Amino acid sequence: MAQEAAVVVTKLRLQTLFCGLLSVVVSTTTLAAILPEERADVMYHLYDGGGMTIDGTSLLVRKNVADTYSFSANSYVDKVSSASIDVIASGASEYSEQRDEYSLTGTYLQGSMLLNGGYTSSSENDYDAETLYFNVDQGFFGDLTTFSMGYSRGSDDVMQNGNDAFADTIDRQNYRFGLSQILTPNLMMGLHYEAVTEEGYLNNPYRSYRFLTNPLDINAGFQTATEVYPRTRTSDAATLSASYYFDYRASLKFEYRYYTDDWDIKANNYQITYTHTFGENWIVDIKYRAYQQDQAYFYSDLFSFASLDEKDFRARDKELSEFSTQTFGIGISYQIPYFKGGKYIDKSTINLQWDHIQFDYDNFRDITQNAAVGEEPLYSFDADVIRFYFSIWY
Amino acid sequence: MQIRLANTQFQRLLTKALMLLLLGGCSVEPWVKPYERQNFADPIMSADRNPVSSSYMHHVYQAREGARGAEGGAGGGCGCN
Repeated sequence: MAQEAAVVVTKLRLQTLFCGLLSVVVSTTTLAAILPEERADVMYHLYDGGGMTIDGTSLLVRKNVADTYSFSANSYVDKVSSASIDVIASGASEYSEQRDEYSLTGTYLQGSMLLNGGYTSSSENDYDAETLYFNVDQGFFGDLTTFSMGYSRGSDDVMQNGNDAFADTIDRQNYRFGLSQILTPNLMMGLHYEAVTEEGYLNNPYRSYRFLTNPLDINAGFQTATEVYPRTRTSDAATLSASYYFDYRASLKFEYRYYTDDWDIKANNYQITYTHTFGENWIVDIKYRAYQQDQAYFYSDLFSFASLDEKDFRARDKELSEFSTQTFGIGISYQIPYFKGGKYIDKSTINLQWDHIQFDYDNFRDITQNAAVGEEPLYSFDADVIRFYFSIWY
Repeated sequence: MQIRLANTQFQRLLTKALMLLLLGGCSVEPWVKPYERQNFADPIMSADRNPVSSSYMHHVYQAREGARGAEGGAGGGCGCN
């Protein structure tokens, strides 16, 4: 049992994993008051980096009814095989697991207003999550301006393999506001804000922080203990975006996000995407993204002392450290002429996208390397992310 | 008394001006006409051209970065639109 617990020492922070996939069935309204496109997508995805391999499938189907209603369903699978630095550093061996997620959404169009709601559930052997959400989009000024707002409520159950006595929960609420504005026939801008509040068991039960065995003698080595997190977290994030259309049928998109929370994490990232078309059937996307964040106030790679009580917070999650990432991406989409304008299928595409991400940590050390305590080399790794999918519109 | 009166008049004027502004806002003439918006209908201008792929990338970042929410064009976050 202890070995089983050790094997899964460094699972990803699954609450965030779950959240990300919700948006698969919620598309941002850029032109007000239109229903989502009727389409189906089937995707194979692969993440490979930092000792982790995660692959799986995603299937999305959307259907509109009577030009007023739209419904969608999505199923998503993650198959994880991990021997990340956290697993190796703990002395555990590689582990495998699977996460399954299902989503249903409904959309109602009334004049210039779009009402959208949905439900998502995610399950794995030690984490269950459910979320309900609701969004409203309203067009103004001849639909040059779109105002949107939304609310989500999530409830997670956190468990721990090998420890049947452990069970806790997370309650999560999201509040969103957005504004999209057409400025010229070629330029659109957007501003989106989202606040997230969470309450419950917010750390990963498998992760540990390390502290000096003897703070007066660093050569005495270090010990580890289960992390101690605050039970609440509140964050604010705002994104400014712009999309510009070139008359030779290309586009340039820019996004900047600023993030801050009450754990003292401040982050910002920007992304530039250039999209170019070749003839009627080929679309190529080139992307660059940069991200940087400061550490949480209770993060340290090496503490001097152990935590004194549940209010004396301690974390050594690299996701809470100070670090930066860079992403270089390219994508190719080919519209299959054979399926274009058929009786049952309007068009279809086959798509391949590849992103290369570099992670560079400023104060998270690689303790699998032989070095004096606190002087291990800083950790860094690269990851490749591939999506291969087939889409049809009908 | 005169100052009070002036204040009252100013408030009334301000109220009328705000009401006119609001009413005016409702009748703003779109400076980009509907027939000039075909570029925004091109899929390459869509904020979420490939929903399964873009949401998956948000998922990749959210699991490995401290920030969350307001994921821009493609929505994201916990049910973010």
